Amino acid sequence: MKNQQAANRPDNTAFTQQRLPAWQPMLSAHVVIPGFLLIGMAFIGIGVALYITSQNIQVLEADYTGTGQYTNCSECANMQTTPCICNVTFSLTTLFTAPVFLYYGLSNYYQNYRKYGVSRDDVQLWGDPTRSPADACAPYQYIDSKPIAPCGSIANSMFNDTFSLYQIINGTKKEVPLDGKGIAWWTDYNIKFRNPTQGSLQDAFNGTMKPVNWSKPAYELDLGDPNNNGFLNQDFLVWMRTAALPDFRKLYRRITGGDYALGLPPGDYVLQIEYNYAVKDFGRKKVVLSNVTWMGGKNEFLGIAYLVVGSLCIVMSVVMLVVYAKYKFADENA
Amino acid sequence: MDFSALRNLISRYCTGEENWVDSRTVYIGHREPPPGTEAYIPQRFPDNRIVSSKYTFWNFVPKNLFEQFRRVANFYFLIIFLVQLIIDTPTSPVTSGLPLFFVITVTAIKQGYEDWLRHKADNAVNQCPVHIIQHGKVVRKQSRKLRVGDVVLVKEDETFPSDLILLSTSRDDGTCFVTTASLDGESSHKTYYAVQDTKSFNTEKEVDMLRATIECEQPQPDLYKFVGRINIYQDRDEPIARPLGSENLLLRGATLKNTEFVYAVAIYTGMESKMALNYQSKSQKRSAVEKSMNAFLVVYLCILISKALINTTLKYVWQSNPNRDEPWYNGKTDHERQRHVMIRAFTDFLAFMVLFNYIIPVSMYVTVEMQKFLGSYFITWDDEMFDEELGEGALVNTSDLNEELGQVEYVFTDKTGTLTENNMEFIECCVDGHVYVPHAICNGQILSGSSGIDMIDSSPGPDGKEREELFFRALCLCHTVQVKEEETVDGIKRGIHQGKATSFYISSSPDEVALVEGMKRLGFTYLRLKDNHMEILNREDEVERFELLEVLNFDSVRRRMSVIVRSSSGHLYLFCKGADSSIFPRVISGKVDRVRARVEHNAVEGLRTLCVAYKALSQEEYHNMCQLLDSAKLALQDRDRKLAEAYDLIERDLVLLGATAVEDRLQEKAADTIESLHKAGMKVWVLTGDKMETAAATCYASKLFRRSTQILELTTKRTEEQSLHDVLFELGRTVLRQHDSLTHDTFSGLSSEFQDYGLIIDGATLSAVMKPAQDDSSGNYREIFLEICRNCSAVLCCRMAPLQKAQIVKLIKASKEHPITLAVGDGANDVSMILEAHVGIGIMGKEGRQAARNSDYAIPKFKHLKKMLLVHGHYYYIRIAELVQYFFYKNVCFIFPQFLYQFFCGFSQQPLYDTAYLTLYNISFTSLPILLYSLIEQHISMDILKRDPSLYRDIAKNCLLRWRIFIYWTFLGLFDSMVFFFGAYFLFDNTTFTSNGQIFGNWTFGTLVFTVLVFTVTLKLALDTHYWTWINHFVVWGSLLFYVVFSLLWGGVIWPFLNYQRMYYVFVQMLSSGPAWLGIGLLVIISLLPDVLKKVLCRALWPTSTERIQNAQKLYQSHRSEFTPLPLLNSSRLDFEAHNVNPRRSGHRSKELMYTHWRGSIGYCTFSSTLGPPGIGRMHRLVGLETSV
Repeated sequence: MKNQQAANRPDNTAFTQQRLPAWQPMLSAHVVIPGFLLIGMAFIGIGVALYITSQNIQVLEADYTGTGQYTNCSECANMQTTPCICNVTFSLTTLFTAPVFLYYGLSNYYQNYRKYGVSRDDVQLWGDPTRSPADACAPYQYIDSKPIAPCGSIANSMFNDTFSLYQIINGTKKEVPLDGKGIAWWTDYNIKFRNPTQGSLQDAFNGTMKPVNWSKPAYELDLGDPNNNGFLNQDFLVWMRTAALPDFRKLYRRITGGDYALGLPPGDYVLQIEYNYAVKDFGRKKVVLSNVTWMGGKNEFLGIAYLVVGSLCIVMSVVMLVVYAKYKFADENA
Repeated sequence: MDFSALRNLISRYCTGEENWVDSRTVYIGHREPPPGTEAYIPQRFPDNRIVSSKYTFWNFVPKNLFEQFRRVANFYFLIIFLVQLIIDTPTSPVTSGLPLFFVITVTAIKQGYEDWLRHKADNAVNQCPVHIIQHGKVVRKQSRKLRVGDVVLVKEDETFPSDLILLSTSRDDGTCFVTTASLDGESSHKTYYAVQDTKSFNTEKEVDMLRATIECEQPQPDLYKFVGRINIYQDRDEPIARPLGSENLLLRGATLKNTEFVYAVAIYTGMESKMALNYQSKSQKRSAVEKSMNAFLVVYLCILISKALINTTLKYVWQSNPNRDEPWYNGKTDHERQRHVMIRAFTDFLAFMVLFNYIIPVSMYVTVEMQKFLGSYFITWDDEMFDEELGEGALVNTSDLNEELGQVEYVFTDKTGTLTENNMEFIECCVDGHVYVPHAICNGQILSGSSGIDMIDSSPGPDGKEREELFFRALCLCHTVQVKEEETVDGIKRGIHQGKATSFYISSSPDEVALVEGMKRLGFTYLRLKDNHMEILNREDEVERFELLEVLNFDSVRRRMSVIVRSSSGHLYLFCKGADSSIFPRVISGKVDRVRARVEHNAVEGLRTLCVAYKALSQEEYHNMCQLLDSAKLALQDRDRKLAEAYDLIERDLVLLGATAVEDRLQEKAADTIESLHKAGMKVWVLTGDKMETAAATCYASKLFRRSTQILELTTKRTEEQSLHDVLFELGRTVLRQHDSLTHDTFSGLSSEFQDYGLIIDGATLSAVMKPAQDDSSGNYREIFLEICRNCSAVLCCRMAPLQKAQIVKLIKASKEHPITLAVGDGANDVSMILEAHVGIGIMGKEGRQAARNSDYAIPKFKHLKKMLLVHGHYYYIRIAELVQYFFYKNVCFIFPQFLYQFFCGFSQQPLYDTAYLTLYNISFTSLPILLYSLIEQHISMDILKRDPSLYRDIAKNCLLRWRIFIYWTFLGLFDSMVFFFGAYFLFDNTTFTSNGQIFGNWTFGTLVFTVLVFTVTLKLALDTHYWTWINHFVVWGSLLFYVVFSLLWGGVIWPFLNYQRMYYVFVQMLSSGPAWLGIGLLVIISLLPDVLKKVLCRALWPTSTERIQNAQKLYQSHRSEFTPLPLLNSSRLDFEAHNVNPRRSGHRSKELMYTHWRGSIGYCTFSSTLGPPGIGRMHRLVGLETSV
């Protein structure tokens, strides 16, 4: 009987009796008001730092779509001559400090279209151009029942305007060296994308077709650098990382070397554009020169947001203090 | 055609038994009766196989799947899954298929395992051997092969294999003892009787000779009802017909005790046995929370559909520009171009549905069920609800109603055995107005009531003496008590006489035991029933023998019982005992007035009274009675009604002997519990079969009525004077006048300024009130009655029949506020009310287990109700309320950014998050913290909840799941998701945020939003958690860590089984950028700020009493560490600790010093005010106020 009772009796542990030792915090004024104050101050500090950093970033933008306002590129916009070359000129009054990055930007361009975004074959891009591409690549899957390499809409629509930058020194153009390395993610270049390893690149792509819109096959993307061809072309990799929003920028080149290691000195510059990419039907394109800091490119949002939230916190803590003084404390001392 | 058969037929039709379809004929031993008596129609009966399992090996998969997909939620997810399979949708079928598969598999495994156990149990039962008599020999067979009509031999301690009619037993008197513990939990030995004509059979041979048929009703589930008739054919004569009743029916599942063996014939086998028929599960009760949850679900379903519709419409509006429909960079296949626009629109709609379907997560159902199932263990584990005496704790029969315990508005309680101990003690008896009080336990000496009550002369004269002894004998004889002999050693007689524990009385009614024991103390000891003779040891130590001729059993309608006995001198007596109301009208002589006065006096004292009367019978009268009874007993149809009529004729013209009084003590802490329930805003109704005075006395004792309570009576007494109509309207006016003068602050019931009303109503008046409307005026009775009840804090319903109890519960349930009702009771008569109420609680009482078995929760004692409701109910409610709201909130946060993203991706159904995130968000990243929260959250400590019952009002009326709060949570979710999405949007807006100038793509965008989401949602829960145990820390921080680790892993490897590697290194790249960190921190804080702000401001400006108590607790704790010397605080602290150490100690000290809180004019007093001298004074004043209430 005794034993049976003991067996029936529930375990008398802290857990089963719901009496585990516990920390019982509460959002009371004593915690929240100082908390808000602290957060507010910290945020204002961070906000100021971010804002100042952001203000120091230099950005130079030029829309070269060619439609609307007349620009140098307006003729090219109609796509009558190919290749069409137009220039954008600008002058710097102060040093454009290094590192300087050259971006191109597209707007109203939906790289995040669902059908567009899946129209690729990651297995093909991992070094197997001759495999029959995934169905998601349709309608850029086959041409004459030969697989397209690289297949799919993303690859097919690769941005193909090219830029070269010259500094005008005493009326003569001095080319600013543009560095095309390291513009794509390291992991993309080294791991996620691969070229076939057997034989020459050209042989490996044998039996495949180039994408419809491409003028050159994949293995001839960069004639100057044999390591920048096939699926491992840096521009291609950048393009294949589809943008999140319809207005986006992509990194085109970095200005790192030579006389411009410290940045672009003051002076007149001309950006020579080979205009190939048609966007006038739906959007615009631009070219951007920008330098970055530890916090990336110019983005005032973060700094302002921190400042606003920080000041809100402080305001709130004051409001709460007033509320507490008026209601709570009165109540307690009554 | 035989003459006898014809007569048989005629007699059958004459007795009105034409309804022959509803009965069966069983041929004992499968032997047909002598030719010609009746055509032998072998009826087909099921075999004796018990099938409690639901599935077989073959039909498990289809049947189980079917069962599971009958649930709406599962079906919904199945549809989504199928849509994903069929059309081209943004997310892979895996995202919804995997969770669904998981849920279905887990459920199937659980159900399969349970069914396997049932199969095993079934097999064990079906294959256990039984002994069947065939051709005069005993044959062993498997139980499942037993057929109707087989004669079986059952030995001691064996269980009956099917429902059997007892033919003969090893005992000479043809009785056997049976315990039905496994059927109704009553462990007492019950006596069953063999058929008179067959009880002499002692060998297999004899049994084999028997030619008889049994006609009986078709099986019905009532364990205690059976009518049948056995026709025994002897020597080709006319059959002898004998009635069969439930006393002849051995039920499957019961066990034979104290009897060597019995022969019996099987009449109901297998699934037709009464036990199997009682397997049928009770109807499902659903909690109010579940109803709100379903309402919210419908809202979310509407949101889901409207989201999909809006997006589909906008998509086609937006796409009307061909450059957007098909820009050159995003060509369509020919197939896509050719598809009809309507089909395209429809598939788009479905695709949007699929994209947003996560707003209604599978995991919510799983989590809610797990919460309920696991949470209910805390009830069974609760040590405070463990009863040492019973050796049992609380039981949970259904976990679906846990949170309903926190929502109770009406408590309907039984009195006997629930409020009171049902531990009867004989207090006094009154013979012809002389009061006898047994003082000494032994010696058989009467000590007359000398303690200030009616003094009686110890020698009432020779006539009085005779009456007195007759009274004592009457009580010794008129009962159904059994004597249980522990050991049949030499002196049973002496054993009983000396009050040793060698033998004791057993009865289904504790009153009877108390009476018989009381008689023993007064000198008359009931020894035993032997050979139909009852033996009594009188004061002179002589054994008197009475032949027991008839027992007219007790029933709750008659409320009395009788026996007919023949004394050794040959005199015939009818002794009758019963409730005063059922005896007095039948009495023709005796000192009625004096007895009645005494009875009423005792009733007011809260004692249970019974009246005893007798009638001397002549031989002739007895004969008539026998005939009456026999004809009634023989009837197959309407036997109960006929018996009742016969009883009514027999129990007439009695001579009143006297009355008894038995005390039923209040259960421990019953008053405290009732008081707490009152303070918690519950209305407590006592429903009892007792008479008004007794019940009212109990109510006063248990503080249901206070001295200040104004009692409104609605009883037959009053309605005799006035019409029911007038009484009702008068009471209504009284109550409503008060009500109108009240402010609408209905919660301030604590204040003493308002008059407290208590209502007493009796069964007869209640049925008059409830009578369906005949004219217009009576139709209103119900309404007026309800109106009166609503304004009464306590209601006492006395003289209730069991069904009336259920009716009352139903009436309140159906009233216009639809309050949540709870019924608590311990006896079989409470089962109907327990089943009817929203929550049924059974007390594991003395009157068997029926109430406990039919209840949703069973507790050992009434006092445990307090903890059950005030602590467990409260906790479960706040836990599940948060669980439900939080689940909807976190899914709004989850899905709304995807909706917003559609506006920035050309409505192309592009998912924002990666498949893995979509799948795992609800399953693993955010599932455990909320599950754990919903299991162990304690917003206020247990002791305070128990000490301050009014906190229960804070959660009344499902207030945490009101639409207002639901909308708040939804808007909070919308706000947060806007913050996530647009925060990330502006971060990404045309810039880079890495220091190497590289650009992030859309998956980084989604991952950023998702990271903020997971952190915000988890931290929001962390902010809501008031009770941080190490498990909470482990789970909350653990699941965040798990998210990070998973993301690192998921993005860190090229997964060969995936055909896309879009998440490769996305997470790491994101973390490598400073602004991403800053952005995540910022967005998380922005999302949490408004909620924190709202909480803090609400807490300061409009605190609920819960929050006040929390503040007080906090303050108290902080002061406790700072100050010590104040004596008041000191003592209270000690008390506080004592309470923690030993929760069983209630301590009056702690009650005085508990956190009292006062609403309205008095204001609020926290512990801080006790620190200074003025505060102490105030505290004292408040305590004084409280005690005066």
